[in-house]
Amino acid sequence: MNKIYCDAHSALAGLLQNGMTIMSGGFGLCGIPETLVAAIRDSGVSGLTLISNNAGIDGAGLGLLLETRQVCKMISSYVGENQLFADLYLKGELEIEFNPQGTLAERIRAGGAGIPAFFTKTGVGTLVAEGKEIREFDGDSYVMERSLVADLAVVHAWKADSEGNLVYRKTARNFNPVMATAGRITVAEVEHLVEPGAIDPDQIHTPGIFVDRIVHATSLEKRIEQRTVRKRDN
Amino acid sequence: MSWSRDEMASRAAAELKDGYYVNLGIGIPTLVSNFIPPGITVQLQSENGMLGMGPFPFEGEEDPDLINAGKQTITELPSTSYFDSAQSFGMIRGGHIDVSILGAMQVAENGDLANWMIPGRMVKGMGGAMDLVAGVKRVIVLMEHTARNEPKLLRRCTLPLTGKGVVDMVITDLGVFTIDPEGMTLTERAPGVALEKIRQRTEASFAVRSGLA
Repeated sequence: MNKIYCDAHSALAGLLQNGMTIMSGGFGLCGIPETLVAAIRDSGVSGLTLISNNAGIDGAGLGLLLETRQVCKMISSYVGENQLFADLYLKGELEIEFNPQGTLAERIRAGGAGIPAFFTKTGVGTLVAEGKEIREFDGDSYVMERSLVADLAVVHAWKADSEGNLVYRKTARNFNPVMATAGRITVAEVEHLVEPGAIDPDQIHTPGIFVDRIVHATSLEKRIEQRTVRKRDN
Repeated sequence: MSWSRDEMASRAAAELKDGYYVNLGIGIPTLVSNFIPPGITVQLQSENGMLGMGPFPFEGEEDPDLINAGKQTITELPSTSYFDSAQSFGMIRGGHIDVSILGAMQVAENGDLANWMIPGRMVKGMGGAMDLVAGVKRVIVLMEHTARNEPKLLRRCTLPLTGKGVVDMVITDLGVFTIDPEGMTLTERAPGVALEKIRQRTEASFAVRSGLA
């Protein structure tokens, strides 16, 4: 079966529907599936619920889908870098569900692993726990969190073979591996596409079973959000 | 004289021990990495998926795939490992990180912490703060003693909590406090800062370590 598609538009063909839930990998602008996000924007699909740690920035990442008002709800842990997000939220045009970052990651991991709920001590005694079941284990209180799955997961990887086995690079890994497991359909954009056998099987981060479609992204911006350097000592 | 930001960071760094795994928050806590005591090695964790965080890169060597939790470009070390967000918070929630040093808006005398939300204003989100304070073995808050002359060390937090009863130590520009089940104790004063001044600027009730008055 061929998983390789020639561009981001064809890789998403037939998958997008108004009102659907999409998981999008990345932390800040690091490791985001930028060509797939641009193709989702171009498709015009709307009423989306997006599950992503952040909301991009103005003009980049998921910020693109906010500009075109394609998003009605976000499930995220931190959205502080996006001014448009703040404006839309304050006008009531956008709903937000904040999750602690580790709870968000674990909800997605659980979703992909067939675990409907779990107990965590994160957020006990805070707004996050309101309305949720609290249970005591070994003398400590834990809050029950439900797992998350999505209609579609879009992820970014450094390298893939045609089977869909993925390798990520440095901190661009972040949410991508867990999201790849939690999409009913998962589409991966990859920087390098190689033949089966060209990746050492011991070094594969995401086995190909989790990846339905692959697109080789040849022109990526990979913008840096906070360029920070130190001086050379001469 | 109260402590400068660098002096506060240096005081916090004195809490680190050889072999510690440490998570530093954004702001003054980031400065702690400049004051790791000589002769000890600690590994810095960045919750976006890295252990063994190196210094900022030289100009021209920035890598868009290599950032810290503040989205700044950084570098790797020979000890570095990378992992996904679920494993990163597994090591945080699972109690494998020795110390978390982070900022705060308010800390209460019972160890409650508020640092993520001011109702009525745009809320940015808690990021990883709730996981860190719930799971890391020891939580040290590094913050200015007051904000616009209002105390930040309170009897009870008035802002929505990040964690309940989670803070073990508070280092401010005026001194150092410990918090345990018995309550809050002032254990150090910044040089030349009178106890009376600390009392005036603190709403929380606190004991004073013997010999410190």
